[in-house]
Amino acid sequence: MDVLVYLIPISLILGGLGLGAFVWTLKSRQYEDPEGDSRRILSDEYDDHPKTD
Amino acid sequence: MAATAQPAACPACAVAPAAAEIAGRQGAVGGEQVLLSLPEIHCAACISGVERSLSAMPGVRRARVNLTLKRATVDVDPGIDAAGLARELKAQGWAAHELDTATLAGTQGDRAGRDLLMRLGVAGFAMMNVMLLSVAIWSGAEAATRDMFHWISAAIALPAIAFSAQPFFRHAWTAVRAGRLNMDVPISLAILLAAGLSIWETAHSGAHAYFDAALSLTFFLLAGRYLDHRTRSVARSAAQELAALEVPRALRISGTGEAMVPVAELAVGDVVRVLPGQRVPVDGVVESGASEIDRSLLTGESLPVQAAKGGEVNAGEVNLTGVLTVRVTAAAVDSTLHRLADLVAVAESTRNRYTSLADRAARIYAPAVHLLALGAFVAWLVVSGGDVRLSLNIAVAVLIITCPCALGLAVPAVTTAASGRLFKRGLLIKSATALERLAEVDTVVFDKTGTLTAGMPELENLDAFDAADLSLALALAEGSAHPLSVSLANAAKAAGIAPAKVALLHEVPGYGVAAEWRGQRVRLGRAAWVGKEPAGQTTTYLQIGERVQIFRFADRLREGAAEAVAALKAQGMDMVLLSGDAEAPVADLAGRLGIGRYESGILPHEKAARVEALAAEGRRVLMVGDGLNDTGAMAAAHASISPASALEATRVVSDIVLLGGSLAPLGETLETARSATRRIRENFGIAAAYNAVAIPVALLGFATPLAAALAMSASSICVSLNALRLR
Repeated sequence: MDVLVYLIPISLILGGLGLGAFVWTLKSRQYEDPEGDSRRILSDEYDDHPKTD
Repeated sequence: MAATAQPAACPACAVAPAAAEIAGRQGAVGGEQVLLSLPEIHCAACISGVERSLSAMPGVRRARVNLTLKRATVDVDPGIDAAGLARELKAQGWAAHELDTATLAGTQGDRAGRDLLMRLGVAGFAMMNVMLLSVAIWSGAEAATRDMFHWISAAIALPAIAFSAQPFFRHAWTAVRAGRLNMDVPISLAILLAAGLSIWETAHSGAHAYFDAALSLTFFLLAGRYLDHRTRSVARSAAQELAALEVPRALRISGTGEAMVPVAELAVGDVVRVLPGQRVPVDGVVESGASEIDRSLLTGESLPVQAAKGGEVNAGEVNLTGVLTVRVTAAAVDSTLHRLADLVAVAESTRNRYTSLADRAARIYAPAVHLLALGAFVAWLVVSGGDVRLSLNIAVAVLIITCPCALGLAVPAVTTAASGRLFKRGLLIKSATALERLAEVDTVVFDKTGTLTAGMPELENLDAFDAADLSLALALAEGSAHPLSVSLANAAKAAGIAPAKVALLHEVPGYGVAAEWRGQRVRLGRAAWVGKEPAGQTTTYLQIGERVQIFRFADRLREGAAEAVAALKAQGMDMVLLSGDAEAPVADLAGRLGIGRYESGILPHEKAARVEALAAEGRRVLMVGDGLNDTGAMAAAHASISPASALEATRVVSDIVLLGGSLAPLGETLETARSATRRIRENFGIAAAYNAVAIPVALLGFATPLAAALAMSASSICVSLNALRLR
């Protein structure tokens, strides 16, 4: 049963990471325009950080 | 552990940065934000094309397209005109309309939606982690190991529940304080009791803890809530966008010159200029100028009315031919249009009186569940001879297992599926109970002008004229923007006629167009102007010297009107045509479409009275209309639909807005509504069947946390899948 000492923290950390990632996607407004985002990957322009050359 | 609990510990953390971000977005130093509606964009090339064009325009700092909302957000330097950007974009090939930022301010970033999503996410991840631990317990963890797993579960579940289940607690508390029972009361009770009992059991090394059940309850119910919220917020933002398309501005004339000002800033006594083609922004009296006014949206009359100095005009009417200067007699908030706010409020309260299927279910369900749990507690107390712990355990198991997981998903899952389907076909469902009410409809009442007809006249007797007359008429018609002239010109051009050469072409506002042709005076305009008695029909007169020709017009049918009427007839609906227009055009239209019952010359309040009379006969009336004169009837009807071209006040009253120009989806809409209601009933059936099996098991004390978890998930998934079957 000693393995639990590692496994439980690992499961909790993984869950926490998942939740953290979800919170990040939510806060960076990644659910605002699902349709547009799925199309934007086809565009080769950098839209969030315009080129400043 | 800390990582899981931290976001849950502070709900404000979840909202604060988002709020800061919104503030940051609008506070682009010294700049302004402009919103443009882009109805036709659909692909990656459109997105980058529009963004590139906008960014290249002078004064634009940043442009971002949202394809889901079909909208562009543009940061511009102060003083840049949004209408100008839209015009330039249109010139480059993308249809664009300016949106009123003030009207849309409330929808910027759906905060309530993100809040629900955050709670849903926290509940979901906590549920997964606790389930993982529970699997170990179900597969036989004993004694100290089991207790430790229970404690860890408690440490995850309690903060997660405290954060995620707040919406239920809040609603339940409001209801209890008001002395009512709603669905949230048994939900909150089940969640709280499950968590409390589990803590107590864990502290006493008990075998059963319901942390996973409490969390999955929260998760599934939040999913239902979120679906519900999303459906409504999509409808709301689309409705608001329709409203925002009409930017309320007016051209005010003051001592210092002319200026575009928001309509809200106009005061009584101000003078505004109304250009041809514009909607009159306020109620007022004409100071100078002469023109014709299209009042069809207010009264249903299809013939334009003359307006000259001293005449009254109302907000919502459309100025057709000449420039009018209008002195404001009622400020925006007191105008005819705005007085409708009262009417709308009345309509809303009528709607709220309708009890949806979900409410009816909740009304039976909530007390039944509480009585059942109480009964189980008392009965087991007697049977077991005073074992409080056992009795409480069973009572809580009954509460958890009967918790309306499936019931909570039964309605939102179906309405989401149905609204999504209808939205794709160009229908906007605004009211939560619209589908249920629509499914009960057996009589359809139509308005004529602007609803069944496009509000556009069409030349009827083109063949009656020779080419020379037509080419002369075309030359004159091209000198005016009046709808009859435009229609005449289009018809003549379609017949391959070229305009004749005329001299001294000029428009006489309110009368028609005059010119000189081969030394003769020629005129195209109203009857009195050419010395004739006006006919009952929509007509315009061509005078060549002393000879007068009559052009007759009929209002063109709206696209899809014939199909819609045919489809409704096939479904066995009774149809009635009620119009404020004159007898002849109404009878003609009823005959063309095959609508048996019609009445003409109906005043607005009579329309509402007719609908109420039908309702008194026990009929469920669907009112389809677009004008101000229809709003009363729409409010009185069981359900209502308006086209997107309707006045905003009318759209606000209606349950459903047709976004496309065509009426054709009307028949399908009723079918979809009926099948959606059928699915909702089936879902209630599934939930009832599930309870019929689960309740006896729980009452007899055989329910374990594993059984509860399995039963709950299974019924929720069944209900969701059933909703997806919707056709």
